[in-house]
Formats: sequence, structure tokens, C-alpha cells
Amino acid sequence: MSILVLAEHNNEILKEATKKAITAASKIGNPVHVLVAGADCANAANDAASTEGVEKVLHAENSQYKNMLSEPISELLIDLMSEYDYLVSAATTNGKNILPRVAAKLDVSQISEIISVINGKTFQRPIYAGNAIATVESSTDKNVITIRTTAFETAKDSKSTAEISTIAIEKNPGLSEFVEEKVSGGERPELTSAGTIVSGGRGMQSGDNFKLLESVADKLGAAVGASRAAVDAGFVPNEYQVGQTGKVVAPELYIAVGISGAIQHLAGMKDSKVIVAINKDDEAPIFEVADYGLVADLFDAVPDLDKELGKIQK
Amino acid sequence: MKILVPVKRVVDYNVKIRVDKETNAVDLNNVKMSINPFDEIAVEEAIRIKEGGKCDEIVVVSLGPEQSKETIRNALAMGADRGIHVKTEHSPEPLLVAKVLAKIIEKESFDLIILGKQSIDDDCNQTGQMLSALLDCSIGTYASKIEIENDSFVVTREIDGGLQTIKLAKPAVLTTDLRLNEPRYASLPNIMKAKQKTIDEVDPADLQIEMQPKVVTKKVEEPPARIGGGKVESIEDLVDKLKNVSGVI
Repeated sequence: MSILVLAEHNNEILKEATKKAITAASKIGNPVHVLVAGADCANAANDAASTEGVEKVLHAENSQYKNMLSEPISELLIDLMSEYDYLVSAATTNGKNILPRVAAKLDVSQISEIISVINGKTFQRPIYAGNAIATVESSTDKNVITIRTTAFETAKDSKSTAEISTIAIEKNPGLSEFVEEKVSGGERPELTSAGTIVSGGRGMQSGDNFKLLESVADKLGAAVGASRAAVDAGFVPNEYQVGQTGKVVAPELYIAVGISGAIQHLAGMKDSKVIVAINKDDEAPIFEVADYGLVADLFDAVPDLDKELGKIQK
Repeated sequence: MKILVPVKRVVDYNVKIRVDKETNAVDLNNVKMSINPFDEIAVEEAIRIKEGGKCDEIVVVSLGPEQSKETIRNALAMGADRGIHVKTEHSPEPLLVAKVLAKIIEKESFDLIILGKQSIDDDCNQTGQMLSALLDCSIGTYASKIEIENDSFVVTREIDGGLQTIKLAKPAVLTTDLRLNEPRYASLPNIMKAKQKTIDEVDPADLQIEMQPKVVTKKVEEPPARIGGGKVESIEDLVDKLKNVSGVI
């Protein structure tokens, strides 16, 4: 049961999501090999080699792998998969973009965003934005799997170093070209990887009032999110939306302010570790999932919270 | 230019789904069904491209039971030109959907195929990518902006932490993200007009595709319930609990 993990990295180290994928791969079987493809990524290959559970690292150095475009990386993976039974990746935008293309070429289904490994052929995965959990069984010899990173631990550093083998496959279908990349958010973390999220709903009454949340978010190093109602009302852009049709998040701390708790919002955040709800309607459904609910007018409570957090910082 | 937009009929995003313990599946009886929200964005984008004078015909295709025709009509009322209904009892897995779509594209060629990035029922996020593999063409997932050039598409994609812009050779498969556009409501005259538009029926048996799934669902369960309902009296109390009980700040 040989397993190949597709790594994501910044040329220096592996992304944490990949280290979680390595943990999931180790649960499926062994040996676990990791593909580090990129341009100037030798250090990342070394990092992969010193990660627990990794038996061998395949290092593919080529400028066409620099931006993880689907077509060239897929070609590389399709060739490599003649030697492996499983292809595993974190369900990041790159993993989700690339793996199904490989699966279709191998004529197998992909099993998306697994949250647990029952055995080598049976996995659990959330459906309906996590409102149901499906247990699925594969009938094929080869399998392509993405993992939901919030469900697996980060693989630790290893005391020993795995073998690094340099590979050279340079097929490029030439269908796509990288133009540019813009990293958004400035100092604030992005929603899907933030440890803390402060979200506002229709109760915020205006886009201007989101400044109250931004101040709290800055003190917590948090990302700012919103409910669909707040997005539909035009308070904030679409990219803020947490929910079934927006981003599905699971931070350590989720603070919902002026959000009533529509089903579609709850589906996007209910796996957060600790949920705080601030709402003046004590019957709002958000309180049913909140660990700490505060029934209060947000325009009093949020500035107070901001002040209290300021005190802690000092 | 011809655009194909595959659409799926799914449980409406506002419905709280229920797991039926007897059938071991999500209960779909008497549940409101709608067009998958991401597919609706795909239909809207195709219509905007056509309104911009860069597309001659928009064809909408759906796999599913008889009622999937309503979903197709919905897209026709928004402004698509013609429909294809591939009649299947259930909704097949993404690989099979991609195979069916590839066969349809073999029969009449398309320059652009726009799909939703995922359907909100099985949350697979695979069909577009798989279709691009079967067609050996370029793929642009999670599009938030699409620009059309002579023989290529310039696509801005939502990626973790930002936006990536890529240039794709024609033909291409694109999948939509939320930010691409806001779909229109169909007007009453257009709903009436859509009734006159053609929907061709296709029997999957005629496409010579083995419709056996490779992954089967053994069981569907409700997730463990979250125990909430805790209350605090004041902000001081809240901050104290977050710091000293939960240890999250």
C-alpha cells in the first residue's frame, strides 16, 4: 500500500496542511512518500525528509512547477502514480484543483475531504456542509484522496532523515500560463486558516460598523468574516462570507456578532472549537451552538470587549 | 463561441437536512429543491458573456431524474438558449458525470464549459477538474473573474490567501466561485419564453458509459451534536472564561 503525498510548500518548508496530510496518509498505510515539486525548493524537500512518517521524498525541480498550475503537476503525478496505490493531498485550493484531474486520468473516483480513515478502503467525509457524515467505500485498487486539515494532527519532526530522490519528468501540456498572484488581507490572516474569527451579521446595520469588529480582530490577530445576510445587505464583500455557500471554517475561537444563526451560516462554522455569540435576541438560534452566549446590544458589548482585550494586551 | 453550462438540482441551501435512519440517507422527501447556487453563478456568467457579444449559444445540461428539467427551465428562464436532460435515477458520482459531459461535448463542440465549483449536497468539488482531464483541455477552478481574448481566457482564481491570475488555452473548463457575479432573477416574460425553448432528452445507455459507481456510500449519519447554550452575564465574564477556562485568548 504505497502512498504518495503531494506537498505544498513555500520553497523553504512544507505547509502545515501538508504535514496534516502526511498524518492522514500514515493512517492509511505505508510506505509514505512525499512529492516536493517546485522551482528552487531543495530546502522544502529537506523539510519533508525530516518529517515523521515520511520514508522517501521525491524532489522535482522545474520552473513549470513553480506556481502549482494544475496541468503540468497533474502530468507529473499521473506518471508517478504507476508506482503507487494512493495519492493523498490536503484539501487546499491546490489539492482540490489538481487531484481530481489526476483521478479522472487514472479512471478512479476521488474521495474528497475525508475526516477519518476507517480502513484502507473506507473513509468518513462530511456532506451537506458537515450537516451529515457519510461513510464511503472505494472499490478500486488505486485511490485519490484529499483530507480536511482540521481533522488531522500535524506530523511531527523526525529524528532521522528520509532519502531524497531527484526526479526529472518535464512533460508540460502547455495549456496554461501563470500571469500573477495577489496575496490579500495585509496583516490580517485569511478566513480558512485563521485561529480566531470575528464575524458580523445583519445586526451590524452598516459596513461602517464593521470597523468595531476589525478593532477587536486586530487585538486577537483574527480574521473578519460575515454572514450571508450581511453580504447580501452590501455591508461587506462576498469574500467575507462564512457559511454553506461561502467559506467553511473551524477556528479555535469564533465570535459571532449580530448573527442570528441561519442554517446556512451554522453549517459553515459549527465545527469551531469555541463559539461566542453576541446578540440582543435571546432566542436567536446562534445561542444553541454557542459555548458562551451574551445577550446584549452589540453596540455596547463590542466596544466593551475591545476595551477588555486592550487591557489584557497591556 | 458556444458555452456549455452543466447544472445540478440540489436541496435548497436554506433547508435544514435530516438523516433518515431507516434508509441510511439524507431524507429528500418533501424537501425544497433548487439549482445548485454555484451552478446558478455559472449560468449567469455565460449569459453576461453572451450579452457582451462574445457568445452565440448557451446550452444547459443536467443529469438527474425527471424533475431536473425544472432546473434546466430555471436556467433557460435566466437566459440560456437550449437544454439537454440526461435522465438518470439518482445523481451519479462526479467521474460519471464528467464522462457523460465529455460524450456530449464530443457530439457538438464547445469553446467554454462553465460549472459550479462544487454542489452543496455531496460537496465533492471534482466534476470540472475531471472533465478537463477527459477533454485534455485547460482548467481554471474557483474563478472570480473571466476575461475572453481571441484564443484564450484570462481567469482570476480564488486561492488560499489571495487571488491568482492565469491564462488558459481555448477550449477551457472553468468553475465558479462566489465572487464571480450575482445571479439575476428570471423575469416573468422570460419564464414564459423559457417554456418554448427546447430541452433534448438523452438516455445514458446510448452514450455507452458504464454507469457503475466506483465509490459507494455505506452509511450516512448525523454529526455529533454540538452542546451549546452556555451563557455569560457580562463582557468581563466572557473574557475571563475565554482566557482562563477555554484558553483561546
